[in-house]
Amino acid sequence: MTVRKKTTAALATAVAGTLLLAACGGGGSAPAEGGPVELTVSLFGTFGYEELGLFDRYEAENPGITITYESTQGEDKYWPALQTRLASGSGVADIQGIEVARIADVVANQQDLWTDLRDTPAADSIANYVEWKEPAATTADGAVLGLGTDIGPMGICYRSDLLAQAGLPTDPAALSARLTSWDDYLALGREYQAAAPAGSAWMDSAGGFYNAIISTEQEIYYDAAGALVHETNPAVRSAFDTAAAAGQAGLIARLEQFVDPGWDAGFASGSFATIACPSWMIGYIKGKAGDAGAGLWNVTTLPGGAGGNWGGAYLGIPASSEHVEEAAKLAAWLTAPERQAEVFASAGNFPSTTGGIEMVADATDPWFNDAPIGQIFSTSTQNAPVQILGPEDGVIKSAMVQALLSVEANGVAPADAWNSALADVNNQVG
Amino acid sequence: MRTPPGAGTPWRTRLFQVEERSAPYAYVAPFFLLFAAFGLFPLIYTAWISLHSYRLGSDMEWLGLDNYTWLLSNPEFYNALWKTFTIGVLSTVPQLALALGLAHLLNYRMRGRTFFRVSMIMPYATSVAAAALVFAQLFGRDAGAVNWLLGIVGVDAVDWRNGDWTAQVAISVIVIWRWTGYNALIYLAGMQSISQDLYEAAALDGASRWQQFRHVTLPGLRPTILFTIVVSTIGASQLFGEPLIFGGGKPDGGALGQYQTLGLFMYQQGWTYGSLGRAATVAWVTFLLIIVLVLVNTRLAKRRAPK
Repeated sequence: MTVRKKTTAALATAVAGTLLLAACGGGGSAPAEGGPVELTVSLFGTFGYEELGLFDRYEAENPGITITYESTQGEDKYWPALQTRLASGSGVADIQGIEVARIADVVANQQDLWTDLRDTPAADSIANYVEWKEPAATTADGAVLGLGTDIGPMGICYRSDLLAQAGLPTDPAALSARLTSWDDYLALGREYQAAAPAGSAWMDSAGGFYNAIISTEQEIYYDAAGALVHETNPAVRSAFDTAAAAGQAGLIARLEQFVDPGWDAGFASGSFATIACPSWMIGYIKGKAGDAGAGLWNVTTLPGGAGGNWGGAYLGIPASSEHVEEAAKLAAWLTAPERQAEVFASAGNFPSTTGGIEMVADATDPWFNDAPIGQIFSTSTQNAPVQILGPEDGVIKSAMVQALLSVEANGVAPADAWNSALADVNNQVG
Repeated sequence: MRTPPGAGTPWRTRLFQVEERSAPYAYVAPFFLLFAAFGLFPLIYTAWISLHSYRLGSDMEWLGLDNYTWLLSNPEFYNALWKTFTIGVLSTVPQLALALGLAHLLNYRMRGRTFFRVSMIMPYATSVAAAALVFAQLFGRDAGAVNWLLGIVGVDAVDWRNGDWTAQVAISVIVIWRWTGYNALIYLAGMQSISQDLYEAAALDGASRWQQFRHVTLPGLRPTILFTIVVSTIGASQLFGEPLIFGGGKPDGGALGQYQTLGLFMYQQGWTYGSLGRAATVAWVTFLLIIVLVLVNTRLAKRRAPK
């Protein structure tokens, strides 16, 4: 009896001790005033900062600051990990990237976890952005939780060599003249498919096509009052049906964007001739097609010269950061117009500041046959509507993209795919 | 006053007795303490979370059994359950059969036996991520080696990822590749505990190698086979890394969920959708299923065993 009691007591003590130790592990001590500061920056995908050597330059210009940088390739892996760290209150970096599809969730549900940038040295930067960029990162109380890094105006990227082989116009202006609507784009696709080289499809994926169409809309999954309208919004259904029709007509290479290894390979091998191209895709295409692809690709405007925005990101400072001042200075420096123009020149991420947009307005890209990408993306930005974003945008978008993949790859009827996408969304969000 | 000699003895004896009685507890304590902290506590806490609505970054909200109702009325859960079962069968059965055959061959005297035995463990030592990545490339539709080989014999390119059974077969191949050698070594160890005399006697009686395998090796290996079946069943019900990486890191398991296992479904709930309560529910239901499966396995194997 005694032995058992003693053992129980010992066990309890040991468990309590372990828990205490664990609890102590979380804290940290604040550094001395004015001493050297180590800033951590955690981003996803390619922001272009490290690649351009911006961190080194900032360290050189600001003695006493050292920057530790890490990046996760996929945003879908980056974000959950960040959420866990935010929830546990430890392990977050001083500057964290926030994708535009997450910003509504951050603004609506996580105000306490992020720093209000109005109270920091970054406050002056807030007025620099295109009209909708900062309001999207602003809470109902007026707190600004992110500084815009880039936006995603769109064009159509295409392989001139493949279009030439199929007897289609290869000059951006001539091509753009043939494209006055998405239906024209599909019609041109049928023409391409009739004469295309073997193993080449008109476009890469139905999901990407859908995202491009829907990104030109003002109201998508939420209305201005914040109510879910994905089921009733005719624009969503119409974009879905257009993309599904392309999938059924065999105009699509059936390669899931960012997931299928064949998609990456397709930029060089020519599995597809065109792709809806947000500005940040410019850098991606160059990376995947490599030097051998230089001169093969070109860029033209969206059908009908439509404007839109697909993607883009913010830099936020978690509330638990111990170096809010220094982090805010760095974030403001990184997102200043001059840096945005440099990043655009090297990685293709389009400036989100009006100043930055002016600087890149005349930019051309030699790799893309000297396409006037500055002008194409600036026009797309001017013509873009102010999108209404909502907290579950990401869930709904991925359900739609998955349903469209089932149409192109598995032969599911578009109406059935639509219903299963709705069932998925309602099962998850409802 | 004079202290009698040996006065300390009763005290010492008592101390010795206490030590003798408590020492075993002290020796087993580290395991049970660690198990309590890293096994039992998470298990119970997971059950507690599964009774709540708990989104990443927000507070828990009591739901009772709502998550279980949600799960049991969710067609995607049954899809994941079925896929876990089919991929489990597709990978476990050929894997164990192959392992048994390989072990039987390696049990003979042959040149370079040690080399072959050691190389069996190589796939197991490879990381899941590396193996799955390589196989995802091999099973690529446009430039994959498997389709290239099929093309040589005149078979059309197969869209491995997007097909229902083809994706499951591809994933099973990864699992089989990784685990066959591991199981073969376990079988080999089991075979070496079977007395060589039995084989010699059988050979004298004119039994062929196949007959020796059936009548000497298999009965002698019964406990080992049961062990590998139980371990493989547990492994199959937790299948996660291979389908995740085969799916490009997305837990959807294909457009129709054609290779979404329970592990992927749980991950999707927790990390794609941020619904930790629902993910915990999936975890607990999987745990219960594994217990049931293991019990059924053991019961079946016992019934087959000779008296």
